[in-house]
Amino acid sequence: MDFRSYLIRRLILVIPVLFGVSILIFVLMQQFPPYQRAMLYVTDPRQMANIEDIIALYNLDAPIWEQYIIWLGQVFQGNLGWSQVVGMSVTDAILNFLPATLELAIFATPLIIFGGIWLGTKAAAHKDRFIDQATRAGAIMGWSLPTFWLGLILLMVFYGYFGGLLPPERLSTEMNILVHSASFNRYTGLNFLDGILNWEWRVTWDSLRHLVLPVITLSVVNIAFIMRLMRSSMLESLGKGYILTARAKGLSEKVVINKHARRNAMIPVLTVSGYLFAAIVNGVVITESIFNYKGLGWWAWQTATALDISSILGFALFSGVLFVLTNLVVDLLYARFDPRVRLGGSV
Amino acid sequence: MEGLRFFFYHIRKNPLSVVGLTLIIIFAIIAIFAPLIAPTPEGQFDPYKIPRDGYSQPPKPPSAEHIFGTTEGQYDIFYGVIWGTRTAFKIGIVVMGAVLVIGIALGSIAGYFGGIVDEVIMRITDIFLAFPPLILAMAVTIALGPGITSVMLAIIVVSWPSYARVIRGDILSIREEDYIEASRSVGSSHLRVILRHVLPNSIYPVFIMASLDIGAVVLTAAALSFLGLGLPTGYADWGQMINFARNWIVGTQNNTFAYWHAVMIPGLFIFFFVMGWNLLGDSLRDILDPRLARR
Repeated sequence: MDFRSYLIRRLILVIPVLFGVSILIFVLMQQFPPYQRAMLYVTDPRQMANIEDIIALYNLDAPIWEQYIIWLGQVFQGNLGWSQVVGMSVTDAILNFLPATLELAIFATPLIIFGGIWLGTKAAAHKDRFIDQATRAGAIMGWSLPTFWLGLILLMVFYGYFGGLLPPERLSTEMNILVHSASFNRYTGLNFLDGILNWEWRVTWDSLRHLVLPVITLSVVNIAFIMRLMRSSMLESLGKGYILTARAKGLSEKVVINKHARRNAMIPVLTVSGYLFAAIVNGVVITESIFNYKGLGWWAWQTATALDISSILGFALFSGVLFVLTNLVVDLLYARFDPRVRLGGSV
Repeated sequence: MEGLRFFFYHIRKNPLSVVGLTLIIIFAIIAIFAPLIAPTPEGQFDPYKIPRDGYSQPPKPPSAEHIFGTTEGQYDIFYGVIWGTRTAFKIGIVVMGAVLVIGIALGSIAGYFGGIVDEVIMRITDIFLAFPPLILAMAVTIALGPGITSVMLAIIVVSWPSYARVIRGDILSIREEDYIEASRSVGSSHLRVILRHVLPNSIYPVFIMASLDIGAVVLTAAALSFLGLGLPTGYADWGQMINFARNWIVGTQNNTFAYWHAVMIPGLFIFFFVMGWNLLGDSLRDILDPRLARR
C-alpha cells in the first residue's frame, strides 16, 4: 500500500471514531434530567428563564435518536451550550481559556521531551553506574508522585516559605490590570509573548515567574515516563551491529551515542506522542486547579465541581476530537518519515 | 504453583522489588487491621466517615489526642489515612478485577474470532481511548452522581479498552499455534479452546502486570477526589484529605510550615502506596516479558 491509499484509509477510519466519541458524550448527557440538559442548547443567558421553551424547542422529551440528531446538528454549528460558571457560551469559554493552557504547554512540552531524552540517553550511556542508578531511582519516584501533591509542596516552599518568590495564578494583580488596559494589545493571549510584542517586559517577566511552578508540576511525571522509555530504547539500539561498526572504525564515544544510537532510539518517543498529549491534558486539569491558573483545565475543574454539565461535556468532546486528530497526524507523520513502517494490514 | 515459586525466586533476587513487596505488605496489614489501629468511635455507624473534633476551619498540629493532627474542618488525619488505606485497596482491587474480566472477555472474543466481531470490538475500544482518561473519568463520575461506585465505574470505563487490546494481540499470535488447530480438529468447542488452551497461554503475564497497575488506578481515584469529584465529603480517602489541606499550604504569619502535616501525611501514604506497586511492577515486567528484558 502506498502512502496515498494509507492516508485515505486512515482518514476514513477516523470518521466512525469521531461519531463514536459524540455518541459516548451523548449517552453521558442522557444521565441528566431534561432541565439540566437544556443548558447544552442555550446560547444566551436570557433563555435560561424559559427552560421549558428550550426543552420544547429542541425536543428534549423526544425519542433518543431524534434528540441525538438535533444535538449533533447544534454541535456542527459550533453551539455547545452555555457555561454558567463563567457566564459565556462553551465555545467562547474554550477559545477564551485556550491561550493560557497553550502558554503552559509551550514551555512544558519541550521540557518533557528534551529533558526525558537527555536523561534517558545519559542513563543508558552510563548503564549500571551511579548516574544510571540515580536517574532510574528518580524516575520511579517521579512516576509515583501524585501530581497534585507535588504542586502543593512546591507552593508550600516557593510561595509560602520564600515569601511569594514563585506565586500561583497567571499574573500578579498589578500586571493583570496592565494587560487588560486599553493601551495593551492582546495579540495572542499568551502573556509572555504579548509582553514582548507590546514592549512591556514587566508583563513577560511576571508571566514567566508565574509559569515556573506549574510547568515543573506538569513536567516531572512525564519526564520520568519519557526517560524510562528512552533508556530502554537506547540500550536496545546500543546493542546493534552498526554501533559496533561505528566504534570499530574509531569514532568517538560522543559521536556514537549522540549520532548513531540516539537518532534511532528516538523513534519510540515519537510513537508515544499521542499518549503524551493525553497525559498533558490530564496534567493540565490538575496543575491548573492547584495553582488557580485560569486555563482550560481550571475551567474544566470549576465546571465539573459546579455540575455545569454543558461545559464539562463540551470540554470532553473538544479534547476527545483534538486527541483523535493528534493521533491521526502522528500516525501519518510516522508513516511518511519512517520508511520501515509497513503500511499494509489493519491499523 | 510452579509459576508462583518462579515469581518469588525473582523477587528475592532484586532488592528494589523486595522494597516494593514490603511496602505493599505493610499497607495490606494496615488495611486489614484498620478497625484495631483506628477504632471507629462509639455510636458511629459508617466506619469510612472520618470522625471530626469540632467544626473550626484551621488544621491543628499533632497532639496526644490526634497523633497526626487534624485537617481543615477538624477531620482526624490518623483515622483518615488508616481507613483511607482500605479505600485504596477497595478501589484498586474492584477496578482492576472488573477491568480484567471485561478486558479478557472482549479481548479474547475479538482475538479468537477475528473478522467483523474483532473489527467492531476494536472500533469500540478506539472510541473509549479517544479521550484523555482523566477527562472522560471526570465526565462519567459527574454523570453517575457522587459515591464511591461512580468513581470505580468511571475508572473501569477508561481502563478496560487498553487491556482488551493487549489481550487481543496476545491471542492473535497464539491462535495460529499448532496445538490450537489440533484441539479444534479433535472436536473441542470454541469455549473449550479459549478457556483451556488460548487463555492459559496468553493471559497470565497480562494478569500479573495488570494487578500491578493497582497503583495507577489508586492514583487516578485520588486525583478525582482531590478535584472534589466522586467521594462524599468526609469519606476516608487520601486524595480528599489532600484536597482538605490545599487552602492551608501557606501557614501562619510566624510559621510558614504551620500546617505541613495536613499536606504531607496523606500525600506520603499515596506516594509510598503507588511506589510499592511501581517498584514491584518494574522488575516483574522484565521477568515476565522476555521481549522487554533488555540486557
